[in-house]
Amino acid sequence: MAQSPPPTSRAAIGSLVLIAGVVAAAAGAFAYTGGFLSPERLTPPKLVGALAPPGGPALGHRRNHAKGICFTGTFQSNGQGAALSKAPQLAAGSYPVVGRFNLGTPDPNAPDATVRVRGLGLQITAGGQVWRAAMIDPPFFPVATPDAFYALLEASHSKDPDAMKGFIAGHPEFATFAGWAGSAPFMASYAEDAFNSLNAFLFTNAAGTTSAVRWSFRPQAQLEPLSPADFAKLGPNHLETDIAERVAGAPQRWTLVLTVADPGDPTDDPSKAWPAGRRSVEAGTLVVEKVEDERDGPCRDINFDPTLLPDGIAVSDDPFPAARSAAYARSYNLRTAEWKDYPYQAPAKPAASTAQP
Amino acid sequence: MNAQSTRFTVLQRALHWLMAVGILAMLFIGVGMVSTVMPTYLPLLEAHKTLGIVILLLALLRLAVRFVYGAPALPASMPAPMKLAAHLSHYGLYALMIAMPLLGWAMLSAGAYPVVLYGGIRLPSILPQNAGLHALLWQAHVWLAFAFFALILMHLAAGLFHALIRRDGVFESMAPVARPREGTTPAE
Ligand code: HEM
Ligand code: HEM
Ligand code: HEM
Repeated sequence: MAQSPPPTSRAAIGSLVLIAGVVAAAAGAFAYTGGFLSPERLTPPKLVGALAPPGGPALGHRRNHAKGICFTGTFQSNGQGAALSKAPQLAAGSYPVVGRFNLGTPDPNAPDATVRVRGLGLQITAGGQVWRAAMIDPPFFPVATPDAFYALLEASHSKDPDAMKGFIAGHPEFATFAGWAGSAPFMASYAEDAFNSLNAFLFTNAAGTTSAVRWSFRPQAQLEPLSPADFAKLGPNHLETDIAERVAGAPQRWTLVLTVADPGDPTDDPSKAWPAGRRSVEAGTLVVEKVEDERDGPCRDINFDPTLLPDGIAVSDDPFPAARSAAYARSYNLRTAEWKDYPYQAPAKPAASTAQP
Repeated sequence: MNAQSTRFTVLQRALHWLMAVGILAMLFIGVGMVSTVMPTYLPLLEAHKTLGIVILLLALLRLAVRFVYGAPALPASMPAPMKLAAHLSHYGLYALMIAMPLLGWAMLSAGAYPVVLYGGIRLPSILPQNAGLHALLWQAHVWLAFAFFALILMHLAAGLFHALIRRDGVFESMAPVARPREGTTPAE
């Protein structure tokens, strides 16, 4: 091989310093990119960590919406949604569904009446593609941005008595949510709740036309709105026994309604509902046919990440889906790594439960 | 090529440098994406999966090319332990450039995630859904990524050590272009 004369010892020392410098610069750039040098960066571990109740997270469970029950069924598409999106799920037909009814709390044992927000995790499979979604029953989200959601979690866990006051002053949209939380009745059953995407997504049809859409699964069951006190009387685990009994008796149904934004409607802020009267399309019916315990049910080890979308549906300028995807992956990684702790046995003193969306 | 040649073939050098850039990009994209909740998280993740699979394909091609063309012998002046270290580290680099993408793909499969690449390309699942397996593969993907980066830094330092201090032609054997060195005539 080509050999050159060795360098003088001074040149060799210079070269060693150069090599050390190159290696250190590469390692430094790596550490910077990974956020190891930026403790102020809002990272998925930080955001997910902030969800934990004071007693620590329930190991092995979802870091939020931890209390829930699995179901399977079908989505019966009437084909009307194809006008908005070429997603195979919206072509006329019947497609298998796996889902999860849940409560917006990090405590898997929280009594039902202590939790204000209810959710629905859903996967519809069609044409070899999945459409996953995680929706909640309030008509709007408490905050406008993921950063504000983090600030809300921090304030709600803060020991500073003025923390919440300060948060509300800085986030006027929260008052709208607090108004809903304080006045909306509690439905007697998951079967009576409407579940809303809140986030806007871009639907593209076969002709290539794109529209911003939010959607809702609206209950077909008779509504029985209850006061918080009357709902609490039904018992701490009423919702799960109720839905299991109802579905054992007859399948339960929700109508999928797609709502299209008018130009100028906010698509990047789920705390702002769109005005009434927007074009809407009834795209089909969710039919829940079988309910199973989360413990050995088909929904437990699924991440209902709202960015796992079929062709014809994509994220919009709404910043939430990306933040949720990053956070849900973190939560999923943690809980699957803790599979031996499931179902979680809380240490002697039970952790206080808090209600969060 | 045979053991007498002093340089890797053009194809081998092209693959080496192309993949060096690609793999370093993968490591930076990887740690960058898992540390953000900004909207760029999604395109970064898509780029990570796509480039990772491209690297898997290139690595398999590269191994095949390596079996066909071999490698230039290390200079006789290199002490035996240094040669051993060179060979072991190269095995490690080859192993990781194949294992990392497979781990990423397998981890998503075991997590029941759809594996969707740039342009809507959908890959099949290569493992059944299993929570414990998902967690194990995830931890392996993360820890081996850091080991990969450390090994690359050592490899980089060794390459520069050959180029600047030992000046024994090892660096030139992989250098992208042949460059006459000080003290050697172009004709050599
Ligand atoms: C940045 C804001 C948010 C954060 C950090 C967050 C965090 C989380 C986490 C960590 C989980 C558990 C995921 C898992 O382990 O699988 C979860 C579940 C869930 N979230 Fe969110 N979330 C956010 C916003 C939202 C929004 C806007 C909605 C509704 C529109 C929502 C609805 C749900 C539902 C329904 C579930 C349960 C899904 C299931 O059954 O697996 N979240 N959330
Ligand atoms: C991501 C980064 C890199 C990877 C994965 C990588 C991988 C490899 C592998 C597997 C070999 C062995 C080739 C064989 O024997 O078939 C090799 C050789 C080599 N690499 Fe790299 N490399 C990387 C970056 C670099 C860099 C930045 C340098 C610059 C100093 C470099 C310089 C060399 C040299 C000089 C050789 C030839 C060694 C010999 O003749 O045995 N590599 N590299
Ligand atoms: C050369 C190949 C690859 C390298 C060097 C690499 C490297 C990395 C790195 C450094 C991380 C961040 C680890 C952390 O700090 O948590 C990461 C995460 C990740 N990688 Fe890869 N990767 C490769 C291939 C792939 C492939 C082919 C896929 C999938 C098809 C993949 C999927 C992922 C996913 C999903 C994550 C996020 C894990 C999480 O949820 O935290 N990777 N990778």
